[in-house]
Amino acid sequence: MSRARQVAPPREVEITLNGEAVSATEGETILQVAKREGIEIPTLCWAKTLTPVNACRVCVVEVEGSRVLPPACARKVEDGMEVQTHSERVRHSRKMVLEFLASSVDVSTTPDVSRWIDEYDAAPQRYGPPAPAFTAGERDRLRAGHHVAPDGRHAATVKQPPKIDNDLYVRDYAKCILCYKCVQGCGTEWQNTFAIAVAGRGFDARIATEFASPLPDSACVYCGNCIAVCPTGALMFKSEFDRRQAGTWDEDRQQVTTTICTYCGVGCNLELHEQDNEIVKVTSPLDHPVTRGNLCVKGRFGFQFVQNRARPGEREGDAPPPPHAADGTGASGNGASGNGSGGHGPRGGGPPT
Amino acid sequence: MDLVLHDVGPTEGEREAVDAVLGVPGSMWEGATERLSSDDHVARGGHAARRQRHLLVPILHAVQARAGWISPGALNYICRRLTIPPADAYGVASFYALFSLEPQAPAVAHICTDIACRDRGGDALCAEMERRLGPPGAADGEATWLESPCLGLCERAPGAMVSIAGAEPVEHSLAPADADTVADLLAGGPAPPVPHPQVPQAQDGQDGLRLLRRVGRVDPSSLDSYRAHGGYEALRAAVDLGPAGVIRELNDSQLLGRGGAAFPIGRKWEAVARNPRRPHYVICNADESEPGTFKDRVVLEHDPFATIEAMTIAGYATGAEYGYIYLRGEYPVAWERLVEAIVQARGRGYLGRDILAAGFAFDIELRRGAGAYICGEETALFNSIEGHRGEPRSKPPFPVDSGLFRRPTVVNNVETLINVLNIVREGGPRYAEIGTERSTGPRLFCLSGSVRRPGLYEAAMGITLRELLELAGGVPEGRTLRAVLLGGAAGRFMTPDELDVELSFEATREAGTTMGSGVVMVFDDAADLPAVLRRIASFFRDESCGQCVPCRVGTVRQEEALARLANGTGSAEQDIALLREIIVAMRDASICGLGQTAGDAVESALAKFDVFTDATGGGR
Repeated sequence: MSRARQVAPPREVEITLNGEAVSATEGETILQVAKREGIEIPTLCWAKTLTPVNACRVCVVEVEGSRVLPPACARKVEDGMEVQTHSERVRHSRKMVLEFLASSVDVSTTPDVSRWIDEYDAAPQRYGPPAPAFTAGERDRLRAGHHVAPDGRHAATVKQPPKIDNDLYVRDYAKCILCYKCVQGCGTEWQNTFAIAVAGRGFDARIATEFASPLPDSACVYCGNCIAVCPTGALMFKSEFDRRQAGTWDEDRQQVTTTICTYCGVGCNLELHEQDNEIVKVTSPLDHPVTRGNLCVKGRFGFQFVQNRARPGEREGDAPPPPHAADGTGASGNGASGNGSGGHGPRGGGPPT
Repeated sequence: MDLVLHDVGPTEGEREAVDAVLGVPGSMWEGATERLSSDDHVARGGHAARRQRHLLVPILHAVQARAGWISPGALNYICRRLTIPPADAYGVASFYALFSLEPQAPAVAHICTDIACRDRGGDALCAEMERRLGPPGAADGEATWLESPCLGLCERAPGAMVSIAGAEPVEHSLAPADADTVADLLAGGPAPPVPHPQVPQAQDGQDGLRLLRRVGRVDPSSLDSYRAHGGYEALRAAVDLGPAGVIRELNDSQLLGRGGAAFPIGRKWEAVARNPRRPHYVICNADESEPGTFKDRVVLEHDPFATIEAMTIAGYATGAEYGYIYLRGEYPVAWERLVEAIVQARGRGYLGRDILAAGFAFDIELRRGAGAYICGEETALFNSIEGHRGEPRSKPPFPVDSGLFRRPTVVNNVETLINVLNIVREGGPRYAEIGTERSTGPRLFCLSGSVRRPGLYEAAMGITLRELLELAGGVPEGRTLRAVLLGGAAGRFMTPDELDVELSFEATREAGTTMGSGVVMVFDDAADLPAVLRRIASFFRDESCGQCVPCRVGTVRQEEALARLANGTGSAEQDIALLREIIVAMRDASICGLGQTAGDAVESALAKFDVFTDATGGGR
């Protein structure tokens, strides 16, 4: 046989970043190079572990010779490229994107947004008072290509009641900026469960199960990998949601302990977020080589036994256990995911103690 | 992936509709109702089923036409047959305006309320429909009506489309539409005759038309008639030239694409022809949905073989064996005539294997859009054919490298393609003598609105707007010209002082405007410009795919600001400044051309007309 196929090493390219000559490696994105140079470009729909979808447009930059502003998260550097990350044009588009989002979506739990709103002089309130909230399910029935003409007195929003249809996590789509990350995480990029997709069109587009059916009737396996990538808090542990509602959520009182999941031998890293001696949330580091931030239902939600202070059999009126019990074990494997799917569903009965 | 389906099946009719596209299921795995012997051996589905994903939109059409809506049971069965997760399929179905995901009366009248039709009887017709049938979209009863964006019937406004679901579904286009005829069609009345094409130059017996020379003269249902009028001479000439020769002539012709982007067609074909990745595809973009545009419809209805012949030449020159025509869903007459034309061309060996005994193969599949303007964007069109939501992709990669099914793909508009026939027959250099130096060839213009003779016109590039308006007889007696919308909803308004602009790519660009899809919509002194602007804003708000924030929210905010201006609430000065800011962000930061141009018409109107203060504007 002939010699092994040679793979050319990536070439070094020279670009101009805000007037400074910078060298970069072919294949890198503008965002990567800027980050390395210590320049902050805001991002919302971008995530380290997902393919860029270029949807939010808050990371747009000006590239010499380009008619429009390309997104820094996806545009790869080319030799001789001249990039401006904070020109007037760029600042205007970023300001408008921030205004558009903050005037139509509840961004109160989106990290960094309030800082960016100040930095870019965005004034979301100038679009008028928010329109009355949708009733539960109303937005799910909107038909593509049809809408009621506005009178301009109110700014249209996606405000609607949160969807609480299981004991593990809440979908509060009033906070959804439609970044597509949950769909990516649930689908081809990680979980391959495809329980959710983008439905509808335009401003009426939304993340939905088929016919907006409740999560327990859908393909969801409660891995929570959508929560892990959600940038706005639209997807949230019920334990966090309830505490926020009650006003007792306090990240300053929380401690994060990194450990390894004990349910099986894969070795997923768990970050246990604990507040007042209770586990309130479980995450996994995005840069962990085993999980890349992903977990299964057991690692994500199977922590209740740690804080179950009553001995088995002593709980009041708990036989049989309620469906979709908060500990995520038992119930979701049969009732919640509906298909008894292998692999990700909770099969191990109890904790391995 | 595990397919998680709900415990609800299709009705008999829905099952038949799906099976008519896919064939009967071969096993219970694929949705058979009885256990078959194949079930004892092997579970089918998997890759073989998923490879048919591209049939999703045709199947949704079949179910919609049969049942009048896409029910959960039907969606379940479709997902079972194609191995598509139901959430995914629901996302696709809910993207398209022609699919209903709630029960809907089987007979539906779609009434055009867009800018060419609304004050030419469209709004009045809607009011009458509401009086007779109640609010739009009713589920109970046998018939209902819906407002529709431009139906491409502008020259005979107002337009309507009637569809009746059932075992033998029917669809009719009607223009000019009146309430009694619509009611009659909704009740199952006979199809209205297809009117003679409104091509005033041909009706006047003008010779020398190139693109429209057969329109109105040839029998669109007969291949023999097409051949008697010079049909398939170009394909013969192309085979004599050879693939490289065809591309050479195209390069010499300097033909620029007529779909809006004005890309040199020779370079596009050459890039695909040279691309080593196979297979190659040819796509005819007939998803004509730009408000005010009807040229593709007239050409496809009255000269369908021309597009088929041109696509065959494209297949020959670029090494593609398969082509798709993506026709917008609201063109039932063009659909029927293309179906018939493809059958005849196949039967006579003009499509299929070894065409003209020249050793090349080519075939065409007809696909139907489902009510989504964005699918005219080429990468959204690929996604739609592949069975996905019609969301544009990021470019690069460009279609010549990675298009349909991620393969090298030539996409051309109908008008661009039929130009190829002339180029191949008469040679590129001769063709390049027509028009201006940098915009060669003839161009189709769709004249509508307040002109004496609306219709489809052909003129050499470089004709002035004034000359074109004169061809169409100018505004009717007693009226004065107020504005011309050039290029459609994504185009720009022109004032009566700007009529001497030359209609060529370079001159319109220099004048800060665009020919777009060749729309020339005329407004006179009675026009309600604020209402026209609001309708344009409403159109983009409805047609935005929703993928990127500047377009998804920007189109909403644009419509809201225009509503305040029209109603006289809020500060006009502030709202006009706000509109300008919104439009700049949409243009700079949107993913695709839809968002980038969604504010162009509004911006030009604000700059050139005193829209919201002028008494004749019907403002405050």
